[in-house]
This record gives sequence, structure tokens and C-alpha cells, in this order.
Amino acid sequence: MAGYNICVRHLEKYFGAVHVLRNINLDIPAGEFVALVGKSGCGKSTLLRLISSLESPTSGDILINGEQTGTIDGNVRVLFQDARLLPWKTVLDNVVLGSAERDREKALQALRDVDLQGKENAWPSDLSGGQRQRVALARALVGTPKVLLLDEPLSALDALTRLNMQQLIEKLWKEWNFTVILVTHDVSEAVNLADRVILLEDGNITLDTKVELARPRIKNTDAAYYEQLILAHIMKSGENREAAEEYAI
Amino acid sequence: MERTSSLSLFDGLKEKISFYKGSSRLVNAMLVWSVPIILMLTWIYFSETGQLNKLFPKPQELVSTTLRFIKDGTLAANLEISIARAAGGLAIGGTVGFLLGMFTGLYHSADQVLNTPIQMIKSVPRLAILPLILVWFGIGETSKVVLIALSTFFPIYLNTFHGIRSIDRGLIEMGRVYGLSSWDMFRHIIFPGAVSSIMIGVRQSIGGTWLILIVAETVAAKSGIGFMATNAREYMMMDVIVLSMILYALLGSISDLAAVALTKRLLRWNPAYRD
Repeated sequence: MAGYNICVRHLEKYFGAVHVLRNINLDIPAGEFVALVGKSGCGKSTLLRLISSLESPTSGDILINGEQTGTIDGNVRVLFQDARLLPWKTVLDNVVLGSAERDREKALQALRDVDLQGKENAWPSDLSGGQRQRVALARALVGTPKVLLLDEPLSALDALTRLNMQQLIEKLWKEWNFTVILVTHDVSEAVNLADRVILLEDGNITLDTKVELARPRIKNTDAAYYEQLILAHIMKSGENREAAEEYAI
Repeated sequence: MERTSSLSLFDGLKEKISFYKGSSRLVNAMLVWSVPIILMLTWIYFSETGQLNKLFPKPQELVSTTLRFIKDGTLAANLEISIARAAGGLAIGGTVGFLLGMFTGLYHSADQVLNTPIQMIKSVPRLAILPLILVWFGIGETSKVVLIALSTFFPIYLNTFHGIRSIDRGLIEMGRVYGLSSWDMFRHIIFPGAVSSIMIGVRQSIGGTWLILIVAETVAAKSGIGFMATNAREYMMMDVIVLSMILYALLGSISDLAAVALTKRLLRWNPAYRD
């Protein structure tokens, strides 16, 4: 049950006159865990929305498992920053919605996978933020996706819940082996979870590095090395731009 | 030492509070019903001492008339026809309002075409249309149902429209990601999302229904509670007039309670609607 590979070729995206993504080329092998980092407004969420076919590119191609994207694909699931549960459905009914055949058994299993057994009949409004995000994760998993796109799903959670969710996502990814793209602005989260970190700046990929650390990962000097590498890159290009602006004046 | 004493004081206070809690319900009930009870007692007092003139019915007259009306079926017949008119008008106006509200809420072009005429008709006071409706539909049942339908249409239409327009875009996008068909999208996301707003419209409509019904039955009718009251006025039967008022009040309260209960049931997922 391996994931699908993703291939992005000469991808361009404009919103009106704003050039959001500039000639993006990217190859993600099946089953890889990729983190997409960058400052807000750098285009990382847009790239994710293009891959999920929620938006269409201005030009260029996105191939998932060798097939051109364009319509919403059941093998590709997205987790948003907010859980987006239907408040008028119970936890179980929300998860059932994620299965194309509306399979309750699978939904129950998915809820067990995210450690939410016993909450099947609760209303989303009675859950904590972390629990809601876990329900959303169960809903995404119930359709056995090949690609999981995570659009800052942990950024609204408190630090401890976030660590729990990171472990859960890593555990499920190892079990299911789907391809993951995690959009985040948290560099240490990226280093903690991903096989590979891609830095996006002003619609360009400015850094693409493998994270060669053994799992389960712990915070040590090696992890700090990668964090420092990425952060330094972000800060340096920021300085360059500031310098350029000063020069222009 | 200081601490324990303050603690025992607190416990004592708690005991006192819990002691009053049992009787507080009774006190509450007495407060809620105090004004009606005082009015009733005053009424009975004036009646017993023979100080009521012809403009006020005596309590025993009201009771005996009510019993007589129940026995000879007048009450049931008039209630039935009034309720049938209200329900018919509400069903027709509500259905049309709901469907049109859905239509204009879902399709922007429908809103563009229909919004202006609907707003124009809405700004005409409902009772100003009464003469037109009487001329067009006569004084039979049709005119009453049409008038009620017209007045129940607007609250349900506007609230359905508003309910659909205010649905969280994020949920619709989620539905797209999960590949929901248009029907599933409507069934699982759009309709349930609009329900709380629609129910506000339903409640407003029910309130408006009885108001319009009274007018319709007073102006042109040969049956119904409104007719009962108008007819009684001709003969100065004050007890019947008061009875009609009580019936309207009961009908209004019962239908409103039913609407509130239905709202609570439909919106039980929302903490704001839970007891």
C-alpha cells in the first residue's frame, strides 16, 4: 500500500497580476515525507492547493502517479489548518463522510487509529482543538489516501498537543506509507517530521535538502544543525533582499 | 485556625443555599405567576361583590360559555377551521419561501433576477394587499390562505437565503475535497448549515400567521375564532370575546413552543441550543 509519486513541471500561478509561483519543478518519490516551509505569503499553501486541484495552475503540469491532475482525486486528501468538521454531524458521521462507500466499519477503525475510540457519538463542539484535528485526520485516512496534504494542520494547537499530533502523524505515515506534503512555518516541526525540507521564497524553491536523521527523532545537535541550516537560509535571503532594497533607494 | 473557621463558615453558607434551593422553585413560580393571579383574584372579587358592569364578563359566565361551546361543538368547529387556515397558509407560504430562498441562495443569477421584485412586494404592508386579495379571491377560504401564505413567505424566504449565503466556505471546500456530489453537498452541508437561520424564519412566520389570521377572520369570514369574536361583539357577548382572545393566545403560545422544541431538536449539536 505505497503512496503515489508527485511530479511538478514548470508550474506557474498568478492571482491577477501577482506572480505567486515561479517555474516550480519538483519530484517527490512515492512514500516520501516532504515539508514545505517558508514565510507567510511565499506561495506554499498555494502550491498545496494546486496539487490538491482546489485551484488550477496558470501554466505547467502536476502529475500524481503519472496522471495529470485537474479534478478532485479520492486518493489525495487534504488536512486544513482548521478541522472543518460538520458541526451538525457526530464524530462518527463526520468520519464516514470521508469514505466514498460510506463505510461505518472503516470509519470506526480510522477513529481507533487516531486514538479516539469512545468519542464516536460526541458532537464536534464538545471536543478540544487537538481532538477535532484528529477527527479530521481520521476522516482523511478512512478513504486510504495515497497522498496526504497537510496545510498547517498543527499551527493552531498548543505546544503539547502539537507534539502528540506530530507523533501520531509520523506513526500513521510509517504504517500506511502514503506520500505526505506538510506545509508549515515551523522549521523545527519540519526537521522533526520530514525526510526532505523544501524552502519556498517568493514563489521560488531556494533550498531543497534531505534530512538524514534516524527515526524516532530526538532533539540533538544533528537536528539543530538542520534547523540552523534552514533558518540561516531564510534569514540570509531576507538580508539580501533588504540590502537590495536599500541599494535601490 | 483562621482557615478552618472560614472554611466552616463557607460550608454553612453552602448548606443554607442548598436549603433554599428546594423552595426556590416555588418562589420562582410564585414570582412568574404573581401578576396574572392578582388580576384573576381582583376580577373574581369585583364580580362576587357585584361591581362589574356589562362591559366585563363574569368569571362563571366565561366558564359556563366555554363549557357550552365545547358541548355543542362550536368551539371545536371554529378552532378547526382557524387552525386549518393557519396551517394551510403556513405550509404554502413556507414551502414557496423555502424553495425560492434555496434557489436565490444557491444561484447568483436567480438572486439577480428575483431579488428586486421580491423586495418590492415585501415593502408593501401585508394588510394593504387585503382589498386586492378580497376582490381577486372573494371572501372564501382561498383569500385567507393566500393572505397568510403571503405573510409567511417573506420571513422564511429571507432567512433561508441568508442561511445559505452565510455557510462557512471552508466546509464547502472540504466537501469538494471529499468529492461530494451536488446532492450530497446539499444534504450534508448546505441544508443543515442553513437550518438554524431557516428556523428563525419559521418562528417569525408562525407569529405572523396568527396576526394575519385574526385580521382575515375579522374582516371577512363566516367561521373561525376571529368570526366568533366579531359576531359576539354585535351582541355584546363579552364572555365570547374574552374566550376568543384566550384561544388566540393559547394557539400562539402552543405553536411557538412547538417551533422552539423543533429548533432545539434540529440544532442539538449546537451548545447554544442545549439546556
